[in-house]
Amino acid sequence: MTRRDEQIPGLEQLAGGEEILSVQGISVRLSGREVLREVSFGIRPGEFTGLIGSNGAGKTTLFRVILGLQSASAGQVLLDGRPRSHRNPLIGYVPQKFLLDPDMPLRARDLVGLGIDAHRFGIPLPSRARRALIDQMLQAVDADRFGDARVGQLSGGEQQRVLIAHALIARPKLLLLDEPLANLDLRAAQEVVALLARIAAEQQIAVLISAHEMNPLLPVMDRIVYLAGGRAASGTTAEVVRADVLSELYGSHVDVLNVHGRVLVVAGAGDASDLHGHEAALPGMEIVQ
Amino acid sequence: MSGAPLAALLAPVIEPGFFAGEDVRVAIVVGAVVAIVSGTVGVFTVIRGQSFAGEALGDLNTPGGSAAFLVGVAPLWGFVAVSVVAAAVMELIGIQRPRGRDLATGIVLGAGLGVAALLLYLDSTVHNTTGATFTILFGSVFTVGSATIPLVVLLGMAVLGIVAALYRPLLLSSVSAEMAAARGIHVRALGAAYLLALALAVALAAMTIGAILSTALLVGPAATALRLTRRPGRAIALAGLLGAAAMWLGILLAYDSFAWSSAGTGWPVSFFVVTLIFLAYLLSGLPGLLRRRSGGS
Amino acid sequence: MFSGFMVNAWEVASIVAVVAGLVGFFVVLRGSAFVAHAVPNGSFAGAAGASLVGISTLVGLGVFSLLGALGIGVLGRRGRHDVVTALALVMMLGLGALFVSMSVEYAPEVDSLLFGEVLGIAGNEVAPTAALALACVAAIALLYRPLMLSSVLAEVGEARGVSSFRMELCFLTVVALASTMTVPVVGTLLIFSLMIGAPAAARSFTDRPLAAMGLSVAIALVTVWSAIAASYTTNYPVGFFVGSISAGAYALGRGWTAWRRRATPLPSVT
Repeated sequence: MTRRDEQIPGLEQLAGGEEILSVQGISVRLSGREVLREVSFGIRPGEFTGLIGSNGAGKTTLFRVILGLQSASAGQVLLDGRPRSHRNPLIGYVPQKFLLDPDMPLRARDLVGLGIDAHRFGIPLPSRARRALIDQMLQAVDADRFGDARVGQLSGGEQQRVLIAHALIARPKLLLLDEPLANLDLRAAQEVVALLARIAAEQQIAVLISAHEMNPLLPVMDRIVYLAGGRAASGTTAEVVRADVLSELYGSHVDVLNVHGRVLVVAGAGDASDLHGHEAALPGMEIVQ
Repeated sequence: MSGAPLAALLAPVIEPGFFAGEDVRVAIVVGAVVAIVSGTVGVFTVIRGQSFAGEALGDLNTPGGSAAFLVGVAPLWGFVAVSVVAAAVMELIGIQRPRGRDLATGIVLGAGLGVAALLLYLDSTVHNTTGATFTILFGSVFTVGSATIPLVVLLGMAVLGIVAALYRPLLLSSVSAEMAAARGIHVRALGAAYLLALALAVALAAMTIGAILSTALLVGPAATALRLTRRPGRAIALAGLLGAAAMWLGILLAYDSFAWSSAGTGWPVSFFVVTLIFLAYLLSGLPGLLRRRSGGS
Repeated sequence: MFSGFMVNAWEVASIVAVVAGLVGFFVVLRGSAFVAHAVPNGSFAGAAGASLVGISTLVGLGVFSLLGALGIGVLGRRGRHDVVTALALVMMLGLGALFVSMSVEYAPEVDSLLFGEVLGIAGNEVAPTAALALACVAAIALLYRPLMLSSVLAEVGEARGVSSFRMELCFLTVVALASTMTVPVVGTLLIFSLMIGAPAAARSFTDRPLAAMGLSVAIALVTVWSAIAASYTTNYPVGFFVGSISAGAYALGRGWTAWRRRATPLPSVT
């Protein structure tokens, strides 16, 4: 584990210690292409971190490395100071895509209950303690009113909350959500963000969510990891979302505009035709090339 | 036959008299027609993920044949009728989601096979014949008479006609039902038309070469072709080619096998053809496997 | 109807129904209806091969069931699942055709292997069937939790260390085991009717997974009992009744779901 000089300003290399997640120099090669290059950042307990990058920037790949589903060609991931183990008891995961059959005989509370100990063999014995714990989790995510409904018949947003409860019930120290806001309307997105921020603060759980649009997260993000060109810059939004940092990351000139509290990252050839909102710019590399 | 030296050279592979027998010539023609028709419908079947429906229809042709025996009608109409009815029931249950669709297919298959059991029982009490199951399930391309060739070609053309007429919208709705619906294409109606084409293709195949080969020729060459090319037109052509080649080679090997053993009984055509199709599918997966091993993931 | 050799039929059929109901719950959950058809069907080749080589039919069935099931699992990792299942099935059937052609006396048994001989079960077949059934039930009980998670949320399971591939292979092995023990009883073509009809109906009537499993077993038991009684009375084959009753149960379930949906408003839609 060597410290290397990074030219990207604002990039921090943190030692292990009190970090719950420490990503160190992760590089990943897929089909001959270098998808991630020496990505490093750390997250402390209770921190709300946004992993921002366009589609194809490598967010899901990075998540898979953290979860141990993808091997890295270089670097390591430490959880609570120790290398990742096979079972990841410390990590709760909510994937981006999931398909829950509407005809499936499984209630929301049953799915949440699976989160307690599904990795263990055998049949769960119903007990009052179990039921109380499930009720508590359902309440924590505002899902108690549909706890007895078939999980496959709930709306996308409702299902997502059930999956969050499922992830939380195992008392993880880190909650990973892959693009949870992608298919939600604005109000639902705001609700989920508020919910996650509350969970992070109240239960001292580190939350790491990936998104291609950073604006909904600005109010609650403690830290941002910005992914572009396979490299990452991490720090507070003030430290990272700056023209000089992002230009270095993208490898070409980029401007950052603040418009009524919303951030716009634009290609900076000084030409009006290059003006894109952050949303449009981040099918990312298009504006740079 | 002219070209005696050539025949002598090829003798180990192509046993003398191979092309002399009418049954072989019929088998070659029928085999090719069925392979082309099955391969064409098969490409859509694989894209739509409805291999189970194709296989189920093949199995359900057994009661068709049995019913025909019972009633004393030529088996062809029994096959076609049962095939179409079964397909209609599957369509009426009308589930679009793949999982629910396979479940419905299984239910129809189970009920249909129950009816088959009943018909065979009734058949055996009425006609005192046993072994009907066997012939119908396994069939044999060598027992198809040359008189059926016109019928085979006609049925084959009907199927290809349906596919050709609906080619573009059928392809789009098979690849993405949502995109097709967005363009105003009647996805459900096209699904019904596809099932009709499938029912006829399977009836044709089951009647001539048996239920096993019907499924094999439907799914195998198409799946292999789709692994080798992305263009559907090319896949259809390739599937037909692979299927015909497998049939011809299988027929050849089956014919040759009569000479291998001292007992003078050959190995069944279905075994050779299925093995060839299976091997072709496995081989088509090799490039991907090697790429993954070397490229690393 | 309840005396003599019929006792064996009732006993064995009940055992088969319990296994079919339990294993079938996961078959329907995982959308593996085709696999549940292909494995028993293809295993017939094993019976043919066994009689050729002179070993026990049951062993032949077992070996081919397992080979077929695991073959589907391995090939299905990269290939389309329904394609792989179809090809594995026809490959096994092709081998079956070969074995049958090589043996002289096999043909007459084909019918009974395909459609079952539940009314002709000998007394000494009950115990081995029960033993295999116990193994199946134990396997399902053991695998319940990780298999549920893997079947419903495969990715989350992977993150928790529950390998989807390993669960698929375990599940397929159980299907092979269930197939092996039930084929001599209800035949290859009809065991899968039991394995999908009963659970498909059960899930229409209850929201809870364990209750659905129990109801699935109950419906399967009622199915086989009715089928045996009907077959005994009319002399028509058992398989006919199993197939029809399973379809009827499925239709009832669908009807109930549709009626309930009309009666109560849907929960919030996306």
